Amino acid sequence: MTATVPRLSASFDEAPLTLVRRRWRPGLLLLLLVAFVGLPWLGNDYWLNAILIPFLVLSLAGLGLNLLTGYTGQTSVGAAGFMAVGAFATYGLLLRVPGLPLPLALIGGGVIAGLVGLLFGIPSSRIKGFYLMVTTLAAQFFLEWVFAKFPWFYNYASSGTISAPRLELFGHNLGTPVGRYLLTLSCVVLLTWVAVNLVRSQVGRNWMAIRDMDTAAAVIGIAVERDKRMAFAVSSFYLGIAGALWAFAYLGTASAGSFDINRSFQILFIIIIGGMGSIAGSFIGAAFISLVPILLSHAGQWLFNGNVDAGQLQNLQKVLFGGLIIWFLIKEPEGLARLLGDLRERIRVWPLRF
Amino acid sequence: MHATLKRRLAAIGLALGACAALVPTVQAANEQFFPLATYRVGAYASSGIPVWAGMIDYLRYINEVEGGINGVKLVWQECETEWTAEKGIECYERFKNGLNGAPVAVYQPNGAPAAYALADKAEADRIPLITLGYGRTEATDGRVFPYNFPAMLTFYSEASAFINYVAEREGGLDKLKGKKIATVYHDSAYGRETQGPLALLAQKYGFENIQIAVADPGNEQAGQWRQVRQLKPDWVFLRTWGVSTPVAIKTAARFGYPVERIVGDIWASSNEDVLPAGEAGKGYLALTPYPGGADFDIHQRIRQHILDTGKSDLKDPKSFGSVYYNSGLVNAAIAVEAIRTAQQHFGNRPLNGEEGRWGLEHLDLNDARLKEIGFLGLMQPLRLSCSDHEGGGAAKVQQWDGQRWNLITDWVQADRATLRPLIDAKAAEYAKEKGVTARDCAAQ
Amino acid sequence: MNFFLETLIGGLLAGTLYSLVAIGFVLIYKASGVFNFAQGTMLLFAALTFVSLREQGLSFALALLLTVLVMIVGALLIERLVLRPLVNRSQITLFMATLGLSFIIEGLAQGLMGAQVRALDLGIEDVPLFVGEIMISQFDLIAAGVSALTVAVLALLFNKTRIGVALRAVADDTRAALSLGINLNRIWQIVWAVAGVVGLVAGLLWGARQGVQFSLSLVVLKALPVLIIGGFTSIGGAIVGGLIVGAAENLAEAYIGPLIGGGITPWFAYFLALIFLYIRPSGLFGDRIIERV
Repeated sequence: MTATVPRLSASFDEAPLTLVRRRWRPGLLLLLLVAFVGLPWLGNDYWLNAILIPFLVLSLAGLGLNLLTGYTGQTSVGAAGFMAVGAFATYGLLLRVPGLPLPLALIGGGVIAGLVGLLFGIPSSRIKGFYLMVTTLAAQFFLEWVFAKFPWFYNYASSGTISAPRLELFGHNLGTPVGRYLLTLSCVVLLTWVAVNLVRSQVGRNWMAIRDMDTAAAVIGIAVERDKRMAFAVSSFYLGIAGALWAFAYLGTASAGSFDINRSFQILFIIIIGGMGSIAGSFIGAAFISLVPILLSHAGQWLFNGNVDAGQLQNLQKVLFGGLIIWFLIKEPEGLARLLGDLRERIRVWPLRF
Repeated sequence: MHATLKRRLAAIGLALGACAALVPTVQAANEQFFPLATYRVGAYASSGIPVWAGMIDYLRYINEVEGGINGVKLVWQECETEWTAEKGIECYERFKNGLNGAPVAVYQPNGAPAAYALADKAEADRIPLITLGYGRTEATDGRVFPYNFPAMLTFYSEASAFINYVAEREGGLDKLKGKKIATVYHDSAYGRETQGPLALLAQKYGFENIQIAVADPGNEQAGQWRQVRQLKPDWVFLRTWGVSTPVAIKTAARFGYPVERIVGDIWASSNEDVLPAGEAGKGYLALTPYPGGADFDIHQRIRQHILDTGKSDLKDPKSFGSVYYNSGLVNAAIAVEAIRTAQQHFGNRPLNGEEGRWGLEHLDLNDARLKEIGFLGLMQPLRLSCSDHEGGGAAKVQQWDGQRWNLITDWVQADRATLRPLIDAKAAEYAKEKGVTARDCAAQ
Repeated sequence: MNFFLETLIGGLLAGTLYSLVAIGFVLIYKASGVFNFAQGTMLLFAALTFVSLREQGLSFALALLLTVLVMIVGALLIERLVLRPLVNRSQITLFMATLGLSFIIEGLAQGLMGAQVRALDLGIEDVPLFVGEIMISQFDLIAAGVSALTVAVLALLFNKTRIGVALRAVADDTRAALSLGINLNRIWQIVWAVAGVVGLVAGLLWGARQGVQFSLSLVVLKALPVLIIGGFTSIGGAIVGGLIVGAAENLAEAYIGPLIGGGITPWFAYFLALIFLYIRPSGLFGDRIIERV
């Protein structure tokens, strides 16, 4: 997202009519066209099932966490717990409310996740920093336990797993890879649009003020506690929908174990690498984190013709990811989004530097 | 500018590498592809590593000694799943269309999360999944789950075989009345699978059914074993997995529960499970459909042709003949025999998934055939059909003496007839939830 | 009553091990303000190194010495490559860096030394010991003794040596300590090395109990609630917190667990920590933070 400079009108006695000038973005349109038409047409099952769908869902989850951590400054390591709430709530709604259309069930799952997020956000009024982080960890472990322990949530299946109900919308079957891809893409595009507007609104500005210094924000009259709780709720709403999509559009099944602490870390890494406080960063980070392992494993097969131990490759990948996280924190705390932004600026002014 | 250029070049290089790696080169060949979805890192790696060695050694043996399956050579490739669903899906999608023109006939997801996640996808792609000793028990009903094969021993049969073994020790099924039998289980889909059948059997035989959960990963079990000590059960059925098994054995010793009263299940029955427990593991019992030991006929063949010629995948030769290594052999053998069966019907050529499924549903490994392939004693007779995707349903009980496993029983058969209605009900429920119409097996 | 006492004592003894892990955190947090998530993987790495060396046929003492050396070299590397470039950055940034660090150590540990479960025999027999009717684990008793000894050595180090005084000065007021000519980087190196050695002791004790392998590093998740309860900045707090968590967790599993289905140990400690947090936001012994604009 490039920052649009608010322009004040020439005479100050008259308020500016538009604070943000909306520019027609041919690039964005092209991207959407490719995503909605080109990729389903070109992509094969492998690309759709194993790369594009998880990438989109992770982007959405990253976006959700970014609203809380990147924009409001509340570090959370419980993202996956809220994803689980979304997945199990959506499943429950579809199962127990006959005839509920899929979009409503998704939104319902998101809202329930949001409410749970609100609940776990209450301590944020008293505690902060690492101590708050621990409450999100508590949420993670507690929610994981709840969905493993109480059979009502998974309809008494002996295995404790929930499996995707028939995905359909207005009679169209969305169970095919293309259908699931389009479902995911639509959700992601819609929610991203909402998020972009949200962070530019009063609420978004309050959040950033809290992130930068909450005591100062309180001094200038921002209702810090309310806005923090709201960040928890909105973030969990996004994570909830991401969780439902992860379970039903991607895996096709889920159990409490699908949303363990490692998933939470994965999502946190997405925003560290992609860029904290950047919507585009969530997407870039998700692309990075979902593509690099696959690239590495293919490269391993290709370079060593399958003679390299898959386990060692995975260990190498761990070291690489850890190294990259540290490198980014040292060299570019604003993540890949900033790096790519700089690159674009340089290309724009090329060959004239300054 | 320099940095930018370097970064761009690096990006282009990466992208090119990706393209080259992702575009398959097509060449027709008389080869059958064996995808190996393996896990060599993560919390469960230690259980997995010997399994892959067993599989690869057997495939290599088939290729090098027998010249493939009726002349069709086997090719395989590994893909790391870390025992997770999402990596498992990625591997499956990568492998399902075969390798360089060699098709996939059967797929082994090797891991419960991936098995659940792939069930629907594999059905859509018409590739049969073999989940030996794990996976959905309901899939025994092949009418509802045409492409899922929980072959040999489901968790239900395992629970029943355990109870039958306890009855044997106590002196008959009627002696079970009033006995206390505790199940210490890994609190996951896998661990909870036996709750249904044990409740049913407890009702039938009148024993007290105690369930004690161990939260993942199970590296701290003092609370659980203190409870066991307090309740003083006659037997403990240990349904843990990975690190929770040695911890359970050690903690049991710490709380003074006799180890020879603990019976481990399939996934708590290997050398890798008891070795870290050291002294505490001496006398520990375990159920297994693929007993440990390196003296079976197939081991002599593999030792001669693979192990001694340095072609084995085993890094640690001590694991040769360990339970998990043998499970790899059995897994690979079932897949190979299914293909062989299907070849009799479709001709000696590489087969696709649908043909592989035909082979599995007509698989009949009787003692004579097991003797031929060198698996007699290591593997129970196995006969699969359209309505029965499990077949066998028996396990042997083995005891750890600190060095090796000693078999102390022959095959203990599960009471499958008692449990089948429970399975059919679960399958019907699944069919209803998903809107699946069951196949008519008479028409097959 | 016997069962209650037994559970309580067992819990307290298990708690000493939590304390030991938590002390590693507190040391690093006090001296450098870093919340070191990699403490768990450091523990794993130390224990794995030790076991691997033992497997090479080295004697106990030699293996221990070499492992300590490895941990010191590791601490020097971490200070040079991670901490120094991140000096003056926010605490959350430093925390995330240690997340990355834990990935690196985990990958290295498994890559270099394998992922299989290793038995670690310290020569302590793990058999029940009876005091009247009450059963106490002999191993836990010895482990608690070793933990106490470690704490005593640390206390000596902090109170009686020049380095210790410098450490405390840095923890008290970093800028004042700098102006007195205390070499901050050196202090960091020492603290990380000491934390690594404490990690080694904890890793050996845990490893002997459950085998040395991957999930040993998850111990870090148990230490967090201990820190919350005891406070991030107090060694005494870490000890008390560990004992509270150990006892509460065991009592809860025994008495509350059966009522709600069991398996509550992964989150009960956190639940307890939350209650403490609500009453005392900076822990029992933590420094109270005063905020200004």
